[in-house]
Amino acid sequence: MTDVLPRPVEHVEHGHEELHEEHQGRTGILNWLTSTDHKVIGMSYTVTSVIMLIIGGAFAEIIRAQLSTPNGSLVSLAQYNELFTMHGSVMIYLFAGPFAFGALANIIVPLQIGAPDMAFPRLNALSYWLYLFGSLTLLSGFFTAGGAASFGWVAYAPLSNSLNTPGSGADLWIGGLLLTGFSAIFTGVNLCATIFYLRAPGMTMFRMPIFTWNMLVTAILILLAFPVLTAGLIMLYCDRHFGTHIFSVAGGGVPVLWQHIFWFWGHPEVYILALPFFGMVTEIIAVFSRKPVFGYKGMIFATLGIAALSLGVWAHHMYTTGVVLLPFFAIMSLLIAVPTGIKMFNWIGTMWRGEIWFSTAMLMAVGFLITFLIGGLTGIFLASPPLDFFTHDTYFVVAHFHSIVMALVMGAFGGLYYWGPKITGYMLNETIGKIQFWFLFIGTQVFTIPGYILGLDGMPRRVALYPHDPQWQTLNQISTLGAILIGISTIAFVVNIAMSWKKHPAGDNPWDAHTLEWFTTSPPPHHNYYRLPQIRSERPTWDYNHPEHKTAAHGHHEEHHDQEVPVS
Amino acid sequence: MFSVRSYHEMTSNPPVEYGREVELPALPPQGSTDRARRWRRIRRALVLPVAALALSGCTLPNFGASPGVTTSSKSVFHLWQGFSISAIIVGGLTLLLIIWAVFRYGRKSDRIPKQSQYHLPLEWTYTIVPILIVFGLFAATLVVENKETANPKTNVTVNVLAFQWGWKFSYPGSNALVYGQTTQAPEMVIPVNTNIHINLRSSDVIHGFYVHAFNFSRYALPGVLNQFTIRAVNTGTFFGQCTQLCGLYHSLMWFRVKVDTPDQYQAWLASYNNPSAASAAKSAGTATKQQISSIVPSKPTTSKGDN
Repeated sequence: MTDVLPRPVEHVEHGHEELHEEHQGRTGILNWLTSTDHKVIGMSYTVTSVIMLIIGGAFAEIIRAQLSTPNGSLVSLAQYNELFTMHGSVMIYLFAGPFAFGALANIIVPLQIGAPDMAFPRLNALSYWLYLFGSLTLLSGFFTAGGAASFGWVAYAPLSNSLNTPGSGADLWIGGLLLTGFSAIFTGVNLCATIFYLRAPGMTMFRMPIFTWNMLVTAILILLAFPVLTAGLIMLYCDRHFGTHIFSVAGGGVPVLWQHIFWFWGHPEVYILALPFFGMVTEIIAVFSRKPVFGYKGMIFATLGIAALSLGVWAHHMYTTGVVLLPFFAIMSLLIAVPTGIKMFNWIGTMWRGEIWFSTAMLMAVGFLITFLIGGLTGIFLASPPLDFFTHDTYFVVAHFHSIVMALVMGAFGGLYYWGPKITGYMLNETIGKIQFWFLFIGTQVFTIPGYILGLDGMPRRVALYPHDPQWQTLNQISTLGAILIGISTIAFVVNIAMSWKKHPAGDNPWDAHTLEWFTTSPPPHHNYYRLPQIRSERPTWDYNHPEHKTAAHGHHEEHHDQEVPVS
Repeated sequence: MFSVRSYHEMTSNPPVEYGREVELPALPPQGSTDRARRWRRIRRALVLPVAALALSGCTLPNFGASPGVTTSSKSVFHLWQGFSISAIIVGGLTLLLIIWAVFRYGRKSDRIPKQSQYHLPLEWTYTIVPILIVFGLFAATLVVENKETANPKTNVTVNVLAFQWGWKFSYPGSNALVYGQTTQAPEMVIPVNTNIHINLRSSDVIHGFYVHAFNFSRYALPGVLNQFTIRAVNTGTFFGQCTQLCGLYHSLMWFRVKVDTPDQYQAWLASYNNPSAASAAKSAGTATKQQISSIVPSKPTTSKGDN
């Protein structure tokens, strides 16, 4: 084994403190408003997107309360349509995506590759402000006379035209999505540039942590998919206000074209949402099992495979239109199960023969695995056109994608518990965290499993009222109970933040983690690193702390001389 | 099943140490014959019940779905069973692996486990086996899909028009016409054991024609004629509903399908050719002008014929 310099006693050398202070010229709100530091912007993203999660969750609770009786009268039919439209829109457009690539990726990716900041810090700030004001635009629909958008988060034409959905709520929805869409595109550009050009010396592509890899692939997918949505939204706006007839039959347009455009964005979007959380879970499982990621390269190829396939499966949302080539989209959709399965087995392989520490983050990751397994397997049913004809637009589909997205929410909280100490410098309370996990995990299953049964029994989605049927009512009430448990788990998270606010300093590396971000201080200084360890694998911090426990090699080995690389 | 064994067996070999010349073990590890025997026993225990289930076809559980009342709904149901069984085997195995890993490898000490990272034979196994499973599922899908989307010769045609928020069923070559809004749940009457050709259209937004007992749905699109064929094999009245969000009263856009014997069906058609029935049709028309009720009546009675 080659040598490593002894571990220094102190991580921050005092000579650098002045440098650190220099950058902190402004303080308080002015600092926040003008900052281009990826950590400050990322923190703004985190807070905003978690607030969006809570808003979207509140809509969900109202929806579930309405459905707990067949003839629910909590909200009107019109309000119900607004609520589920905004629930889906807030969760997909304003929480899941921005949380993944705006919040955690923004903070963690530059740290993981040893970069001082994102490649385009000002563009990064612009992304956040576009996102914030896009979100406010979208939500402001509730304050218009006609109410918020009410055509579902997919806005199918011609229901979304000015005849069927008049009112400015729908226009604000389109405007909000245009703003957040540009925000996503800019973040995609930024992440690509950062990952391609700002990696530290020694950080080759195949030494990048899986999270960074997944974010790179996500960023590429964003660049491929989001412009299509943006174009589609502009077309929809033109149809509504400028007399074009792109999606209306009357003027020779084609309504199904909207579905093609929407899902050409929408299916890659599913993976734009999922891949970052796959990355988070991969990091968490490896660290808390005290093992390297099993099948690291296979994991990367699986991610690339998912991304490639995801561009050719959009019409599996459109099987029942009767105007798409079924076998092609069926086999492409079924094939996505293969790389996803590889990931699942790699996660299990990472835990195998490890020494698993069940911190809250790890519990969330295991919860993710189980919930994602359920959602993934039911997704295979939906990839088969005859089974999709049978379950399309029923609660089976609702339950399927809620299993998936609730798994992602577990991944998100896992990410917050795992990286929270690095970002804030303080630990979150583990006891409350575990309470939160159990409420979230059990609540998710109690919430989704009745949905599968209801869907198979024929209950359609997006209905505010349903026929009197004792079994349907019971199942809906169980589902509502699950939603309440999930709501309690979210409250537990807020309580946890309030209770552990600046209580227990985290130290640089509380989890004995692997990747570069745990080498610097918590929170990291202004430009992240005063010095870096040798980067000779995808686990530089681990290699530095455990030089005698490097990854058991396979294949070739190279001579190297470990030493610290100073960065100026 | 296969991966459990190979994983266990193969990872017990000493991994190649980093930066050292390593001799590959020439002989299999000592325990392998015992292990192989144990594996054979496990395999027998697993394979027998699965094979027994497969052979006894009709006793398979329905996994939450129902066979429905049309020829294609029954093949969809069998496809559903096939998918369910493979999902339960694959999912159950994966779940067992997760649970095993979680309970078996919980942290007991500060020991740092072996830092193994790759195992190519294993990784190839769980790449290739799923590909084979996927192609199997795809083949089964194709068979059912081709049956379902085939357009055999039909004797009866029904034109279905979906509108906000109701349905209109008309029968070319006959005066028969049924329409109604929301919870009036208009009734489409069709004869049993006959290929029914359905022309599905929408006059405004996209609707979903969905009959649970048919295990089938199809969008009613504006400007597009969607055609499909159904063949009901049981008589009875079945509940149908719009499944694609179509605006305010989407929740209540109901209809029914009544499958009659051919004689009853002919009598029903004929009733539209005499004057009294025509006036009945007119009164149904005026009923649609009534205010839309938001009160939900009980689910329309669904009588299932003998199966």
